[in-house]
Amino acid sequence: MIGAFEAALRARRDAGGKCLVPYVTGGLGTDWVETLQAVAAAGADAIEIGVPFSDPVMDGPTIQAANDLALEQGATPVSILDAVRNADIGVPTAVMTYGNIAYRIGWERFAHSLADSGVSGCILPDIPLEEIGPWTEAADAAGIETILLAAPTGSDERLARVCERSHGFVYGVGLLGITGVRTELAESAMIIARRLKEITDKPVLVGVGIGTPEQAVEVSAVSDGVVVGSAVVQRMLDKAGPEGVAELVGTFRAALDAI
Amino acid sequence: MTMADPVDGRFGDFGGMYVPETLVPACQELDAAFREAWADPSFRAELDELQANYTGRPSPLTECRNLSAELGCRVLLKREDLNHTGSHKINNVLGQALLARRMGKTRLVAETGAGQHGVATATAAALFGMECVVYMGAVDIERQKLNVFRMQLLGTEVRSAESGSKTLKDAVNEAMRYWVAAVENTHYCLGSVMGPHPYPWMVREFHRVIGEEASAQCAALLDGGTPDVVAACVGGGSNAIGIFSGFADTNAELVGVEPAGGAAVGRAVPGIVHGSQSYLMQDEWGQVLEAESISAGLDYPGIGPEHSHLAKIGRARYEPVTDDEVVAGFQLLARTEGIIPALESAHVIAWLTKAREELQGKTVLVNLSGRGDKDVAQMMDIIG
Ligand SMILES: Cc1ncc(COP(=O)(O)O)c(C=O)c1O
Repeated sequence: MIGAFEAALRARRDAGGKCLVPYVTGGLGTDWVETLQAVAAAGADAIEIGVPFSDPVMDGPTIQAANDLALEQGATPVSILDAVRNADIGVPTAVMTYGNIAYRIGWERFAHSLADSGVSGCILPDIPLEEIGPWTEAADAAGIETILLAAPTGSDERLARVCERSHGFVYGVGLLGITGVRTELAESAMIIARRLKEITDKPVLVGVGIGTPEQAVEVSAVSDGVVVGSAVVQRMLDKAGPEGVAELVGTFRAALDAI
Repeated sequence: MTMADPVDGRFGDFGGMYVPETLVPACQELDAAFREAWADPSFRAELDELQANYTGRPSPLTECRNLSAELGCRVLLKREDLNHTGSHKINNVLGQALLARRMGKTRLVAETGAGQHGVATATAAALFGMECVVYMGAVDIERQKLNVFRMQLLGTEVRSAESGSKTLKDAVNEAMRYWVAAVENTHYCLGSVMGPHPYPWMVREFHRVIGEEASAQCAALLDGGTPDVVAACVGGGSNAIGIFSGFADTNAELVGVEPAGGAAVGRAVPGIVHGSQSYLMQDEWGQVLEAESISAGLDYPGIGPEHSHLAKIGRARYEPVTDDEVVAGFQLLARTEGIIPALESAHVIAWLTKAREELQGKTVLVNLSGRGDKDVAQMMDIIG
């Protein structure tokens, strides 16, 4: 099964381009839906929509702050999905949240509510291969692409299993650590990209620690593209508005197109 | 005299290994290393030697004649408060530190609530010459200043967890984030029977000594008999599981005492946080709620998965007590027995008073998990 999310990334790659997937915190401020649309218009191939969770262990200070703010502003999984359902975003989307959000609603109900809202994929960073079964069963049945993370600490055998089970793309974790902008690209980003590219034909995107167009270009020499989270969310926290966020995304697009 | 081991990392419906992909290999490596060490007599001998000559085990069993007369039931205290560093936490920490050293790790990271687990970890780090970082919620740093200073004296870096509710749950988040970034040379020394597999099982095994000793001590005192009730306070549940494990296959009733403001089992809604599936205080959307307790060590919205299992199958029950009842329990034990308990342990004394009617004539074994020195300043403010 190749879903809409993976199809969009494959199309970009097959045309010789590099994929750009920004992350936008759902429910943050009043213009986050317009931000999604502006980010799509600025050249995102697909977008990750963060559904805030109270205890995001994979996230650094920026996304944590955005999470907390969105929760204070009353964001819930349902309010976010309702808004997404009624918006024409223009590119495929995936929800990124934590296991308990999906588990509490129920794996099947959550998978169906994603599908009903027009969301193509889902990332649950605290549900690893060993525990992903009940979710993927529900997700597969609802036609939701489950994007899995592949970490630098994984053995070759483990990375192969992650690639096998991942749909949408394979999310290479760029460094040992949590989300956040770093001044330099970690060496591990190139290594994980290379290891994954050697074993899978699925799109390989590197995320976590990709905060500048230069870093995106550097890692995309090996990977099929990047996920950009904290840098985008920081713009949202700075109240740059949809245009301000789109402008940042545009600089990533331009840099990747110039490769 | 044993509790069942987890199957595929689970106790019935609970447990598992819900961690970011980066940490899965570390958890699997820890599982393998623990299995191997636990089956190695030389590892056991080294740990036993430390528990005897450093911790001061076995801890005594104290018959509470005055309290028994006052309550109308026979109260026995398992004196974990007399351990080096003042609580049961050291049992687990020495085991994990030995294991970490065996695995070639040079640094420990830990979370702490009341500071007891942090102090125990800092102590082991000093003993073994390891680096140590302890995360503690900003709120807890304020209410447990003495323990912060103790950790610093022991050479540990104490870092304030400023996110969320700024208590134990947030300290766990920060410790896990730290571990994700430092997993290659750092062991996460988790302080209770929670977290991803193998922690709930491994930490229980390190605390089993409490139950094993107590079982033999009770048999000697009660002419081969067992107590009618075995009770312990429950934060994550390590001291409780330790003492329960000595009585799981007896007729003794097992009672865990939760703070009313942190009663995960009382609410009985399963969730996934901090590495495992277990009962969890959360709202309708799965956002974790902030626990509220007078005692920093029990201020936790979750509970170890094996406790959820024991509750679900009916082998143990879990009872709430309020902060006011705890303050009274704290004073009661001090006044009647000359023992100032940790606020956590005072929860059990509070429950004895509350359940007085049903306990008449029974023998109750209480795990006195820690001593109250750390809480005296806080109680001075409350009692005045
Ligand atoms: C004295 C004491 N008892 C109990 C606890 C709670 O932990 P657990 O439920 O794991 O025994 C703590 C935690 O800080 C403690 O310090």
